[in-house]
Amino acid sequence: MFETFDALLLARIQFAFTVSFHFIFPAFSIGLASYLAVLEGLWLKTGKAIYLDLFRYWIKIFAVAFAMGVVSGIVMSYQFGTNWSVFSDKAGPVIGPLMAYEVLTAFFLEAGFLGVMLFGMSRVGKKLHFAATCMVALGTFVSAFWILSVNSWMQTPVGFEMGANGQFLPGPSWWDIVFNPSFPYRLVHTVIAAYLTTAFVVGGVGAWHLLKDASNGHARKMFSMAMWMAALVAPIQIFAGDMHGLNTLEHQPQKVMAMEGHYQSHPDGAPLILFGIPDSAEKRVKYAIEIPKASSLILKHDLNAPLAGLDTIPDDEEPPVGIIFWSFRIMVGIGFAMLGIGAWSLLARMRRKLYDWHWLHRAALVMAPSGFVAVIAGWITTEVGRQPYVIYNLLRTSDAASPLDAPAVGASLAAFVVVYFAVFSVGTWYILKLMSGPPHTGEAGVKRTEKGPIRTAGITPGPTQNPGGSQPVPGNEGEV
Amino acid sequence: MDLTIIWAFIIAFAVFAYVVMDGFDLGIGILFPTFKVGLERDQAMNSIAPVWDGNETWLVLGGGGLMAAFPLAYAIILPATYPLIIAMLLGLVFRGVAFEFRWRDPRHRALWDFAFTAGSLIAALSQGMILGALLQGIDATGRAYSGSWFDWLTPYTLLTGIGTVAGYALLGATWLVWKLEGEAQAHAYRLAFRSAIATLVLLAAVSLYTPFLDADYFDRWFAMPNFLFASQVPLLTAILAYFLFRGLAKKQEAAPFWLSLGLFGLGMAGLGVSMWPYVVPSQITIWDAAAPERSQMFMLVGVAITLPLILAYTAWAYWVFRGKVGEDGYH
Ligand code: HDD
Ligand code: HEM
Ligand code: HEM
Repeated sequence: MFETFDALLLARIQFAFTVSFHFIFPAFSIGLASYLAVLEGLWLKTGKAIYLDLFRYWIKIFAVAFAMGVVSGIVMSYQFGTNWSVFSDKAGPVIGPLMAYEVLTAFFLEAGFLGVMLFGMSRVGKKLHFAATCMVALGTFVSAFWILSVNSWMQTPVGFEMGANGQFLPGPSWWDIVFNPSFPYRLVHTVIAAYLTTAFVVGGVGAWHLLKDASNGHARKMFSMAMWMAALVAPIQIFAGDMHGLNTLEHQPQKVMAMEGHYQSHPDGAPLILFGIPDSAEKRVKYAIEIPKASSLILKHDLNAPLAGLDTIPDDEEPPVGIIFWSFRIMVGIGFAMLGIGAWSLLARMRRKLYDWHWLHRAALVMAPSGFVAVIAGWITTEVGRQPYVIYNLLRTSDAASPLDAPAVGASLAAFVVVYFAVFSVGTWYILKLMSGPPHTGEAGVKRTEKGPIRTAGITPGPTQNPGGSQPVPGNEGEV
Repeated sequence: MDLTIIWAFIIAFAVFAYVVMDGFDLGIGILFPTFKVGLERDQAMNSIAPVWDGNETWLVLGGGGLMAAFPLAYAIILPATYPLIIAMLLGLVFRGVAFEFRWRDPRHRALWDFAFTAGSLIAALSQGMILGALLQGIDATGRAYSGSWFDWLTPYTLLTGIGTVAGYALLGATWLVWKLEGEAQAHAYRLAFRSAIATLVLLAAVSLYTPFLDADYFDRWFAMPNFLFASQVPLLTAILAYFLFRGLAKKQEAAPFWLSLGLFGLGMAGLGVSMWPYVVPSQITIWDAAAPERSQMFMLVGVAITLPLILAYTAWAYWVFRGKVGEDGYH
């Protein structure tokens, strides 16, 4: 069935598919882990029950998302060997140690403290429990640090020597390898992206419950917190993205040419193409709507600065323009839409109407999943823009794959597609079900048994109702 | 000492830590259907819910460490066992999500319990077969795998696969003996007894089969003076097995679990006798596959600093959830 495909293409599709699915969960769990740490910290500091309720509300969602992140991540760490064995052999001495550091400093930290974070509050006490939550949040960040260092090294490889057997070997300084030129930009941009993604999910859930009951204090709190994030962090992200772009222009000019749709060089001022249809056969962007000289202004801070185009690059070194052109615009478009929501919420706040403007709530609800779209679009820009190389300018993707037959890769791809869609759709459905229950006083924690008396719970006693729609659960202060 | 040898021991340690720690998680998954729906199953799962993720992380260290320290071995073994690796990963997907999903959806709990068992079983079987495929030999030419994609399927690998399933079941059952009470514990004792017999029979079968796969293995075990050292492994196994059965008969609670771990330790030692110093038997030694010293040194610093910390907080996490599971779950 798969004989007509080539194994390389199937392996690429498999990597793109599994990593895109994987990244959806970190994008959410990095942000949510920090949000949970903030909520618990606020609860310890102020003693206000509302923070504990919100903590418990979100930790149930976190547990489900985290499990999906873990299982899809394990697949990734073996994917290098199964489908990209030549790459693993060649690049292993350089990137392998960075990934080993990720396991040692991040994965163990997350996993070691996760159990205490989810089930341990009554066993270790509040302070130690808070420490565990912070460790999990720290672990997600450290994980992003190392894996992004690996990815950035593949984008902007430095600090290596070539071995006689064709391997990339580490040079004298690991510092150069870890802090390769694109890494700081990618780290900042991706971590902020995770925070924004989470903020818009939290904001969307808050908005949904405000639309149903504008007096729900818990929904108000989460909506307000999320809108502060949107208002403050979206502009920072746009600035960080701009800096990232300048860095990319310096190190991977082809990628920026493709993002901008510049097939031709512009010796005196390049236009900014807002929209259009890139046509790689004719080497031009059809129906382009453009602002003259604006691209030179953004990228070179000079209206008349010359900008080289893809005509300066040999055809077999060009990345596919169409995909990148669009994925970049989707990401940037969402960035500005997020900025818009942030600004709107500031206006509402100034007028003291934050909880009353239903159109703002509706817009926030629509934007709830936008972060996921933006991060995937961003990664597509980054990764497809690096093509035809896996290690930029040094190792072609076509020379990196395992010596496998197409049916083997095709069958495993089919299995991943079926299992991922089945399992992760169901998981997403459970998360949506949890989100659809209104946050309330006396929120129950992660429950682990069906037995036990049905007690009232919470700091202010009240009927406990599980938003998941299942049985009522016991819970009381100090339990998570 | 040679850095490459140190790294071979670190990877072996990670693999061993994975096998015993996730081994009892997977074992519980395999035995899950024999526990009564309701409290018994909830307790069996609760006994590992706080620690399974940490246990599984050793698999990532084993795989990631192999890529970092012995990239050539990683690049040959994974394509050679491709369908088994994929099956293992998919099994682990089902097993992992079942921990959360079964609580989120009481109406479909039976389905997720099934996913938990099937995922655990597939993962355990694949892991055992990967080991068997490695021992029976892998075709490599130059720096790449050169066999076809079903070379791994033989009677020998089926035997190692089933042996691993039985061994994990033994670990799981003895863990549950330790963590459960009452009728559920009595059931765990019975399971432990049966899986101990199965494990020992299959272990013996694999041990007898292996030396005949390859003259090289035969010499390693039976030529003098190796024989004097190598024969200690089966001897110690017999002693541990005796104490294990005695412990189960006397209704000891913790000892059977530790003795089962000891059995796995001896299995690992036997593996060492057969393989050392090859990573891909009789073809690629650890020195052929090793990453350069700079990579090994850099990582060794990381391991020296973090591994003691990891072991400390992992021990702490186990300590927090010590004792019997009880009826309340982990609230
Ligand atoms: C920017 C962040 C980021 C990126 C680009 C990636 N990951 Fe990831 N990964 C995480 C951030 C993360 C995380 C936040 O740390 C996760 C998500 C949920 C979790 O459990 O930890 C995680 C989990 C996770 C796990 C499970 C860890 C465990 O057992 O607890 C593995 C093995 C990987 N990842 C491996 C990879 C590989 C091989 C990637 C690249 C191809 C990758 N991740 C991309
Ligand atoms: C988590 C976010 C990531 C996403 C969404 C992502 C997405 C993609 C996509 C879409 C491709 C296919 C490009 C093409 O074939 O045209 C690709 C390729 C690739 N990426 Fe990533 N990537 C991510 C992270 C990483 C990281 C962190 C690494 C390195 C550790 C990495 C390594 C690779 C490799 C080796 C390829 C080459 C295979 C190929 O071309 O398909 N990726 N990625
Ligand atoms: C409007 C403002 C934005 C600009 C100008 C911008 C710019 C960029 C550029 C130039 C890249 C590619 C860098 C490279 O491949 O070398 C990139 C990648 C990326 N973007 Fe954006 N971005 C913006 C908004 C966003 C938003 C709102 C998100 C998510 C919430 C996001 C998430 C990402 C991610 C995850 C990547 C891939 C990782 C990386 O290379 O950093 N971006 N962005």
